Amino acid sequence: MAIIVDENTRVIVQNITGRQGSFHTRQMLAFGTRVVAGTAPGKGGQTVEGVPVFDTVDQAVRATGADASVIFIPAAGARDGAFEAIDAGVRVLVVITEHIPVADEIDLLAHARRKGVTVIGPNTFGIVSSGKCKIGIPANHFFTPGPVGVVARSGTLTYEIAANLMDAGLGQSTVVGLGGDRAVGLSFVDVLSLFEADPATAAVVLIGEIGGNAEEEAAAYITGMKKPVVAYIAGKSAPPGKRMGHAGAIIERGRGTFAGKVQALAGAGAQVASLPHEVPGLIRKVLYA
Amino acid sequence: MKLFEYMGKELFRAYGIKVPASRVATGPREAVAAWEALGGTVVVKPQVLAGKRGKAGGIRFASSAAEVAKAAGDVLAMEFGGQKVDKLLIEEKLAIAREYYLALTVDGAARKAVLIASASGGMDIEEVAEAAIVKRHIDPAVGVQPYLGRETAGRLALGGTALKQFADLVVNLYRLYREKDAELCEINPLVWTGGEFVAADAKVTIDDEALFRQPGLPRVEEKTATERAAADLGLSYVQLDGNIAVMANGAGITMATLDTLAHLGGAPANFLDAGGGTGTEATARALELLLANNPRVIFVNIFGGITRCDDVARAIVSFKSERQVDVPLVIRMVGTNEDEGRRLLQEAGISAHRVMVEAAAEAVRLSR
Repeated sequence: MAIIVDENTRVIVQNITGRQGSFHTRQMLAFGTRVVAGTAPGKGGQTVEGVPVFDTVDQAVRATGADASVIFIPAAGARDGAFEAIDAGVRVLVVITEHIPVADEIDLLAHARRKGVTVIGPNTFGIVSSGKCKIGIPANHFFTPGPVGVVARSGTLTYEIAANLMDAGLGQSTVVGLGGDRAVGLSFVDVLSLFEADPATAAVVLIGEIGGNAEEEAAAYITGMKKPVVAYIAGKSAPPGKRMGHAGAIIERGRGTFAGKVQALAGAGAQVASLPHEVPGLIRKVLYA
Repeated sequence: MKLFEYMGKELFRAYGIKVPASRVATGPREAVAAWEALGGTVVVKPQVLAGKRGKAGGIRFASSAAEVAKAAGDVLAMEFGGQKVDKLLIEEKLAIAREYYLALTVDGAARKAVLIASASGGMDIEEVAEAAIVKRHIDPAVGVQPYLGRETAGRLALGGTALKQFADLVVNLYRLYREKDAELCEINPLVWTGGEFVAADAKVTIDDEALFRQPGLPRVEEKTATERAAADLGLSYVQLDGNIAVMANGAGITMATLDTLAHLGGAPANFLDAGGGTGTEATARALELLLANNPRVIFVNIFGGITRCDDVARAIVSFKSERQVDVPLVIRMVGTNEDEGRRLLQEAGISAHRVMVEAAAEAVRLSR
């Protein structure tokens, strides 16, 4: 079992001929992901890493039966690419692109919701089902199958914590990057509820950061969860009113603070790590103590 | 990108939203000329991006040439949240029957724009009781139709001509919000004069990510010189006030690096997210930015994924030798091409840690 994607997921890479698209196609294939098609308008008929290239997502879906797509299109064209994939009938859409205008994100997320499409991102590292499927950009060796579900807003911090877990002999079931922007397709609550129902997941690591109220909403859900949750929140020393790298990582008008999130999560029964390297110890404690 | 009040009001005017008659002035003489043109009692307002100008004593009323000149001189000499005042807005004083609050902004959790209104204008919306605030989420496929304005007006106990005017206002404000890629359009207070609505203030923030398609808008620089230089390199930088310069790759791990240093009793000088996949050249230039703060120690924390450790190591080596840097460097480096990166550093006499918290502890020790 895995959540959202698995070994049967058939993936299209949008803008497969770009630098990022072609590089990550090679990496995803090496991971074992079934990348069945790519798109690049005007380049239909070519191949990239042995994967056939189509002019449109619709052609790619009809020719290959793909049910997921990953977008490596620059920000100005990302909304168009997302609408194209949604209307072509994919079930899962992963939007890697960073710096998409928030109005475009709102548009594409509303359309996806109307059509029942699950969107991961925008501004995400993607999703990894250990040993089965990776749709996104993390290096392949960061992951090994195991009982820990990971859900995060940030990429490199996820790799850091995943590596800490692996050093402690703990692998992952599925790792989901919600995305670092203000408006993203999945919430912590969406993913926590999938992990709660997933037989392959025994405990969950939630990696949050300052800004917004997704962690506070997660805390309300965690109160009723059976599976244990370990949380780490980044941004304790961030000054208010400053965007800390991610569009969504900002304390605005006193909302989205570190203290508020930690208090909510601890109050809900989650174990909250002060520093990233404390996460594996807390997972061991909740799983085996 | 925040716009100054006078810029926001120019946009309002262009979208059919009534604003007070006004002139921009850069000194007492221009302020007096503005008063002569406007007549009666005027309001002298500093054009700064910080809020709470009134509470800081920055909003002055004046009814004569002498009063206007004095108010202008006083306000131009003030600072608001560290911001100097370059421009004043000299504005007609409105006849106020009632003050309202109206805003459009992004609700990330709802993945929608949200209309926020209240009949308690003139105070911070955070201080208004939740029950007195009307919030309506906007389906992007529907947009703001006049009925949404009428319903909101009704809940603010408006009727008659005020209700219809309010509906037009809301439609116009949303049109501006969408067409100019705003992430905040706030009118506080929105003044009902007894006959019409007038926007007495304007807070407009444009989505930075959409500036590429808004060539017609003015550009307002709120970044420091270093933040601007980093942005031009495609990197994200925030000035802090400690003595440990920090570079890491990725927003989350950079924040966690600052938190780890602070946890161990250190004081970071900056946030610098060098991004994923940064090459040698860009990394070397990013490192140079760190010297601007004269740090006691430079801490580089790289978890190589897309970023290759050997690229970063080459950047560090060339930075150290070419710039003759004598500030101690603490490097933590793991991940892709780690062995090669470590070897390159060792050849240059630089050792690299593997464990983040151990490296952070050394950086803190060297910063004392």
